[in-house]
Amino acid sequence: MLFALAITALVLVPVVVTFSSFAQVDGDILAHLAEFVLPELVGNTLWLMLGVGIGVSVLGVSLAWLTAMCDFPGRRLFDWALLLPLALPAYVTAFVAIGLLDFTGPLQTWLREGWGITGLPEIRSRGGVILVMSLALYPYVYLIAKNAFATQGAIALEAAQSLGLSRTQGFFRVALPMARPWIAAGLMLALMETLADFGTMAIFNYDTFTTAIYKAWYSLFSLAAAAQLASILILFVLVAVVFEQRSRTRMRYGAVGRSAAQRRIRLSPALAGLAFLYAGTVLAIAFLIPVVQLALWARTVLADDLDSRYWDFAWHSVLLAGIGALMVVAVALLLAYAGRQRPGTAMTWTQRLATLGYAFPGAVLAVGLFIPVAALDNWLIDRGRSWFGFGGTEILKGTLLVMLLAYLVRFLAVGFGPIDSGLHRITRSIDEAARNLGSSTTALLTRVHLPILRASLLTAATLTFVDIMKEMPITLMTRPFGWDTLAVRVFEMTSEGEWERAALPSLAIVVAGIIPIILLTWRGTRPLD
Amino acid sequence: MAELILDSVSQSYAARQIIADLSFTLPEGMIGCLLGPSGCGKTTALRCISGFEPIQTGEIRIGGEVVSRPGWMLAAEKRRVGMVFQDYALFPHLSVADNVGFGLRGQPSTERLARIDELLALVGLAGHAGQFPHQLSGGQQQRVALARALAPRPRLILMDEPFSNLDVELRERLSLEVRDILKRETTTALIVTHDQHEAFALADWVGVMHEGRIQQWDTPYNLYHEPANRFVADFVGQGALLPGEVINDHLVEIELGVLNGHIPVECGARGCDECVRSCHVDVLLRPDDIIHDDDSLLLAEVENKAFRGAEFLYTLKLPSGQRALSLVPSHHNHAIGEKIGIKLAVDHVVAFRRE
Repeated sequence: MLFALAITALVLVPVVVTFSSFAQVDGDILAHLAEFVLPELVGNTLWLMLGVGIGVSVLGVSLAWLTAMCDFPGRRLFDWALLLPLALPAYVTAFVAIGLLDFTGPLQTWLREGWGITGLPEIRSRGGVILVMSLALYPYVYLIAKNAFATQGAIALEAAQSLGLSRTQGFFRVALPMARPWIAAGLMLALMETLADFGTMAIFNYDTFTTAIYKAWYSLFSLAAAAQLASILILFVLVAVVFEQRSRTRMRYGAVGRSAAQRRIRLSPALAGLAFLYAGTVLAIAFLIPVVQLALWARTVLADDLDSRYWDFAWHSVLLAGIGALMVVAVALLLAYAGRQRPGTAMTWTQRLATLGYAFPGAVLAVGLFIPVAALDNWLIDRGRSWFGFGGTEILKGTLLVMLLAYLVRFLAVGFGPIDSGLHRITRSIDEAARNLGSSTTALLTRVHLPILRASLLTAATLTFVDIMKEMPITLMTRPFGWDTLAVRVFEMTSEGEWERAALPSLAIVVAGIIPIILLTWRGTRPLD
Repeated sequence: MAELILDSVSQSYAARQIIADLSFTLPEGMIGCLLGPSGCGKTTALRCISGFEPIQTGEIRIGGEVVSRPGWMLAAEKRRVGMVFQDYALFPHLSVADNVGFGLRGQPSTERLARIDELLALVGLAGHAGQFPHQLSGGQQQRVALARALAPRPRLILMDEPFSNLDVELRERLSLEVRDILKRETTTALIVTHDQHEAFALADWVGVMHEGRIQQWDTPYNLYHEPANRFVADFVGQGALLPGEVINDHLVEIELGVLNGHIPVECGARGCDECVRSCHVDVLLRPDDIIHDDDSLLLAEVENKAFRGAEFLYTLKLPSGQRALSLVPSHHNHAIGEKIGIKLAVDHVVAFRRE
């Protein structure tokens, strides 16, 4: 219990710190923020949430309904392939889209020179950001809505039809409302990711809170301003969290009827063709075209860029993701065991709070953890001076500590989910059976618990590993000197518009990102559950 | 195998008494059963015996060795008590053979394998050694759980509601099979259930539990025919209680006539033999105590009937308005509302004093 509370405290530190930044207001900066920056940020953020919300809902729900409930050519392939965009971080989709669709990009050039067509809508726009984010994040809604439809859709629809509704009416009046809590949960996850996104916004030059925090940190050198922006962002996030948790409690895994497999809706050839075309287009735009383009670009720079520096970036990425994943798995394991030793409402809430970090944008965590660590650092240096005559300017600040702590807070939920559900499979009677058969505590852990949990531990480690590889803002803002990773390299190259050179590190991240999707489809588990 | 003795054991949890003053002796090699409604403390009793719950008073002995007393208990893993769990609790990561062999660690592998084969053959799963628990049906999982518990030759086997997850047909067949397996392994076993058919099919001794106390520890036959109190009479089997008046120490008069026999009136705090004349009692009549006779002058109205294949169970309304049950061969098909002739055929008079 004590351990669980300590983890919860660590998670809550960034929140408390960012809010307490209002205690020492820097008047000039705040006035500047309030007058010039905030209105635009809030407006941009609201438009973005609205657009992405609609985009992911429409894409996610329609595709989920098609693959879960209907039969059309390629359905089994699309069923898992439509998850593939999860492997592409939004910032990668973003720079590929700009590279392809910009005025100087191949498409516009071809249209202009070959056909004299000009005046395509500008991709670097609000609409462009929304499009890219929707394509990158719809799998969150798709995955969770697909499960809901697959478990209850067929029964709901048959019940509706038996009561005289047409199939279309049945979908809108029964199946869709029934799946609403699931869809809402997926939607909230997608919106949290939108709020947290830094890379895409930076590439599109679309000012939101995350980019503003980064600028306050690096351009204004104002920790206070960064923290104040972060605290406003947290307010947005908390609204999403409340909605997400509420819809989660409304998700009841009621009695699952026969699976929908034998009773899919047979689409007419024309409709089936349209379904195929629709799913195929989404898959092509959201995954296939970007990956092919990445590969083409990467090939052009392979000879120059695949040098020792590249391997350094890759090594740093792997090393950080590895350490982070081990940390997350270890802490998640202890947290899950704490819940097993002392079950109860208090523990459930402690665990919930402790795994809330997935909702906090990386930029917020970077600020929220840097400030207290810096303060601790100063205190330590003072003590060091006065007690031991030890000098220096930083002890913890320049180390990996802040970064790893931020990873831990942000990705604890990713590791906790699979481990906790794995641990739930080891019932109390399994423990007692082992005891009755003469097992000591050690034998119980090594002969029963560890083998049963092995798969869950591996899943947790893989998911966390890949998430850290993709992570951009925390790494960017808190990395010690010389710790550039693949994601940092992508950021630097895209800042300079060098898409070809950003493609090579991106490709490595994408390849790593495909692993957990294969894992997911094999095991049928959900990424954030 | 060994004798199991509980000697005035009590256990309470958070100021609530779960079991109170529990005493019984299960002789070596016998199958005992704790029978009672849910919440009567029977599962807690089992957990005290297996070593997962401490006891507050009394003593538990297995084969003469004290395993639990207030403030001390022998660790579960050192008791050599096997347990079959309600959810079977098979190890999902181990094959059937490895599940059965789990408790045989430390034995030479030839002996181990021989014992695994022996048990799988005993429970009729010889061909399933390499399968995993999730590939088996409920009844098969149940038998693996039993084989696993038996493998290390425990002194005692405990089974918690062993058939509650199975459907009714399988339940009856398996309970006979389990009795056979336990007898062949000559194991002392204690089973907990709320189903009296299961208890009667399996056990040599049955303890009926209610509110944490054993109401009667007896053979199934005696529980049915000579219940010690109203609770046991009501919980075990069907029947009706009819008011009567004691004439003397072997005669009691009820609406349907005078019954002749030993009258063991329920013993209360005031002692047992106070009532020898003209005191009021309730007499237990089982459905087989009232038989149908077309020639009888004693008439009762059929109020309800349930067809059971070989016989009807009639609910009869007696002239006084009291109700009684009667089991009648099924070719005597009477309509509801009809008056039929009945007569008494009572072997054991069971009477409880009216307060």
